[in-house]
Amino acid sequence: MTAEPITTPRLAIGPVLYYWPVEQLRAFYEMVADSPAEIVYLGETVCSKRRSLNLEEWLEIADGLAARGKEVVLSTLSLVEAESELKTLRRICENGRFLVEASDMSAVGLLAGGVPFCTGPTVNLYNARAVETLARLGLRRFVLPVELSRDTCAALRAACPPEVEIEVFAFGRLPLALSARCFTARAHNLAKDDCELRCLDYPDGLIARTQEDQPFLTLNGIQTQSAQTHSLLGEIDEVAAAGVDVLRLSPQSRQMERVIAAFDAARRGSEADLAGVAPLGFCDGYWRGEAGIAAPAT
Amino acid sequence: MELVCPAGSLPALKAAVEAGANAVYLGFRDATNARHFPGLNFTDAQIDEGLRLARGRGVKVYLALNTYPQPHNWPQWEAAVDRAAALQVDAVIVADLGVLDYATERHPDLPRHLSVQGSATSYEALRFYHERFGIRRAVLPRVLSLAQVRHVIEHSPVAVEVFGFGSLCVMVEGRCLLSSYATGKSPNTCGACSPAEFVRWEETPAGRTTRLGGVLIDRRTAGETAGYPTICKGRYEVGGKTFYAIEEPTSLNTMELLPELMALGVVAVKIEGRQRSPAYVRDVTRVWRAAIDACARRPAGFRPAADWSAALARVSEGAQTTFGALHRPWQ
Repeated sequence: MTAEPITTPRLAIGPVLYYWPVEQLRAFYEMVADSPAEIVYLGETVCSKRRSLNLEEWLEIADGLAARGKEVVLSTLSLVEAESELKTLRRICENGRFLVEASDMSAVGLLAGGVPFCTGPTVNLYNARAVETLARLGLRRFVLPVELSRDTCAALRAACPPEVEIEVFAFGRLPLALSARCFTARAHNLAKDDCELRCLDYPDGLIARTQEDQPFLTLNGIQTQSAQTHSLLGEIDEVAAAGVDVLRLSPQSRQMERVIAAFDAARRGSEADLAGVAPLGFCDGYWRGEAGIAAPAT
Repeated sequence: MELVCPAGSLPALKAAVEAGANAVYLGFRDATNARHFPGLNFTDAQIDEGLRLARGRGVKVYLALNTYPQPHNWPQWEAAVDRAAALQVDAVIVADLGVLDYATERHPDLPRHLSVQGSATSYEALRFYHERFGIRRAVLPRVLSLAQVRHVIEHSPVAVEVFGFGSLCVMVEGRCLLSSYATGKSPNTCGACSPAEFVRWEETPAGRTTRLGGVLIDRRTAGETAGYPTICKGRYEVGGKTFYAIEEPTSLNTMELLPELMALGVVAVKIEGRQRSPAYVRDVTRVWRAAIDACARRPAGFRPAADWSAALARVSEGAQTTFGALHRPWQ
């Protein structure tokens, strides 16, 4: 692509989608604080049983990151069912200090018409009228649903209110589905309520392969992700040209510092590569309007 | 309690109406609804005929407009809402915020239901849709337990419909992209999960393989029945074992829970299966009509009759049925 980037997109660190112990989370956000990423999303979005940090502790990390110049956003649970989950959700939405990223329509409902807010990849905004509808209620930025293409992204940019920013999921295993059931517990023949917190054993999820050994999905508790790592590093000029304001890098347990550095270099027009960062391979088909699993052109 | 039955075609609509449905739901013959399969759904002339048939028997007609338009095809959804209003259907079943906003502004008197594809799992979400778009009813995703359904209903500003019978989505509807990960097409974008043009069946020495978009979903030996290859019902290798890593191929059947569902105040039970045959619709509608009537007369002693269960088992996908999330043995 020869198109000149219109603006240099900012880098955002998405919420950690896995169950990491507290020391690992703290070390991760220490690294992030010193990184060139401008935005950091914090909080538990997958399973309310994961409690390495409570809300107060998340807010302490948020304060620390904010003090080091980061824009901090609090992300909410993607699948909200229980009253206890609504209670936590209300506390997050009413935190009064940080922007909130709604991950489902319960959060959108609590935020709408009150404070400015963002939406994450599990809130469905597929067209300009949907975006405008939420913009009237305070939407400031949204993550493009991961299955949408560059053409749809560019069309949305052209049609949506200019003050609403577009963020694109640019790196990481794709969040594909949510269930009330826990597939990590199922893989261990455990009931969900008695899961023994097995997700702690899989800092990057549990791989499901086809019967001919093709890596296909990642089981992450109640969430199903791609096994392949989605990356738009090679298309970063095109992403910027489509009017994308923010690139989301979804955390993985290893080499995340290198991932951030690579995207930082690429957005500034320097050479960058991610060799060895995704042991099960890369994909970028969704961005090109194909099956999400399709591998990048070499 | 209303019995809401699938009408994927005019013969299926007739079958549902004659077998005792209180309402039927159907879609236009395009991607504006979540059962956009070849040969299915209604032309305008067929809808006219269907409306006439249904209204003659006092049966309501709901129109599913429950997929997610994108900028390039948005006008088609606007036109679909306008057609639905002109046809004076009893309600449109909508998922997308933009479509809801358009329908609310342009046709305020056209009743709106929130589709299961809208993915609202809490009463806070229902409050939002009610306040902003005046929805009258919401169809809950098949992921909630009975206790959770009760809690939603107790706090919901709108009537609640649940799925009673048919294929079971184990993933939260409206937010499942597994199909497009393998094929590029999903229920949200194209109105179909695992579209048929991406399915390949092959006989191999190792068994019958089913592929979706080239990805091996399952391989079966002689004697094993092969279901439709949705990704969630495939067998994969996880941690050295090969098994149904996500979901056994079972069907949803909540008939035994009817007394509880009635007591909770569920206003309608939906039968899944617009892609199924008129005979399926007739058999399932007939059995559920009898069950709802029997339960309404005497909820305390309600038990599904043996011949009802047998009739439903004959048409179920997979060998067994489940209450789905309503009852959670796996929880």
